[in-house]
Amino acid sequence: MTKFMTLKDAVATYVKDGDTISLEGFTHLIPFAAGHEIIRQKRRNLSLIRMTPDLIYDQLVGAGCVRKLTFSWGGNPGVGSLHRVRDAIEHEYPCKLETVEHSHAAMANAYEAGAAGLPLAVFRGYVGSELPLVNKEIATITCPFSGEQLAAIPSIKPDVGIIHAQKADRAGNVLIEGIIGVQKEVVLSAKRSIVTVEEIVDDLDVTPNACVLPAWTVDAIAVAPEGAKPSYTLGYYDRDNNYYKQWDNISRDRDSFNQWLESHVFGQGDV
Amino acid sequence: MTTHNDTAQYTSSEMMTITAARALSNDMTCFVGIGLPSEAANVARLTHAPDVTLIYESGTLQTKPDVLPLSIGDGELCESALTTVSVPEMFRYWLQGGHIDVGFLGTAQIDRFANLNTTVIAANHPESGKNGAHSYANPKVRLPGGGGAPEISTNAKEVFITVKHSKRTFVKDVDFITTIGFGRDGKGRDNLPTIGRGPSVVITDLCILKPDPATKELIVTSLHPGTTKQDVIDATGWEIKFADSLETTPTPNEKELQVLRELKARTEKAHSAQEIK
Repeated sequence: MTKFMTLKDAVATYVKDGDTISLEGFTHLIPFAAGHEIIRQKRRNLSLIRMTPDLIYDQLVGAGCVRKLTFSWGGNPGVGSLHRVRDAIEHEYPCKLETVEHSHAAMANAYEAGAAGLPLAVFRGYVGSELPLVNKEIATITCPFSGEQLAAIPSIKPDVGIIHAQKADRAGNVLIEGIIGVQKEVVLSAKRSIVTVEEIVDDLDVTPNACVLPAWTVDAIAVAPEGAKPSYTLGYYDRDNNYYKQWDNISRDRDSFNQWLESHVFGQGDV
Repeated sequence: MTTHNDTAQYTSSEMMTITAARALSNDMTCFVGIGLPSEAANVARLTHAPDVTLIYESGTLQTKPDVLPLSIGDGELCESALTTVSVPEMFRYWLQGGHIDVGFLGTAQIDRFANLNTTVIAANHPESGKNGAHSYANPKVRLPGGGGAPEISTNAKEVFITVKHSKRTFVKDVDFITTIGFGRDGKGRDNLPTIGRGPSVVITDLCILKPDPATKELIVTSLHPGTTKQDVIDATGWEIKFADSLETTPTPNEKELQVLRELKARTEKAHSAQEIK
């Protein structure tokens, strides 16, 4: 049953060293506040899963929280590379980083399979791609009815799923609107889940087919206003494109990144 | 605006975008990649193809953005869409389910069989371009990865590619096949009835290329005005062939240029306005 908590308490309670964690949000609703809290609490040896590891995973990797990264598109959208992730892959700084690489279709299917309680995802994918040569988790399976060869990968079932959403009601039901990505699948596939929200409201005021996570599917809800910045929350604030551009300079250099970490993450009060 | 079409001034980038836009027709459903394909697809929608259905992998279906998105999930795409679905639904029902006529892709590297590489640029490994695993273990440049492209390329009925022409980009064999064109030998799609027919056209800032029907090797079918065969030869990393009936690409008209320039100006204004906040 959902417990309303501070973000500090939610991370302290549910995120442990060595866990497999998905912080999702497809460009929209990226849970930056939760990522920063994980850095502040100095979690280590995390296996991070995310379709599009952008700035949030660059920050977690650069802060030394991560030993393994599973992804399908890694970059700073429209800007360039993730310098902290590259430094970890190329120079093992601040520590060695193992990577597992997929396509978007594969990861979306694997999250869905995780939410559906299946051990694997089956889809028509990776035909002619050389990714199966470098990722041993990509297999083929023969359809018992048609004989067609299809791709199979293990389903994703993280220890902890973390997402950001617009709002929750006082009972702890959560509403997600706009580009909803794989957020519902992350919460349903994870053993434990944390949702940060912009605000708590009396009434979610939903239409019949709205994307709502019932209170009993979520372990912890923490109020984190502007908790997705510099990404955006539809209906609340826009994407801070300038921040994404500035990140290229901040992250390019180890010293400037570490200074940023001190002033913008460790130097910030508890959320 | 009295300038005659034939004398309109335009850049090679504008020529590329407008030629790519013309490849799309009004009745098509197009799965759009970010960057050049997105620019071309929206020019098509704002000129000759007002009813073209544009779909982005973030789940935005039938979207009509007023400004070009910087990222694949900008709010503009969602707010101007007919509806927005989840990412698993987008890839499973809409793409894999067979509802996409055209996948419109860009790339970092393309080879003579239209295979695309967005994974790694190799160090000078002797086996580079033979089997991507060698390049993968020893990259010179780590690129972002496949994203949606590997399945867009096989689950859309056909694929359009637009990319600037240079020797670094147009290589004989890509260092890594992220996304199949026709495979290392041109036969990678043979005997696979459940996948699409693959790349049908590649539009660059110099020319239009199409796969040879028999060998699937890309050949130049049309040169943009002012481009010579030698220009294309110099910018291509393999012995490029030219079609017997080589055409000259029609020039952009005034309306297309106006729409493209206004779209880019609106985009720039919108994005710089965000920066001031």
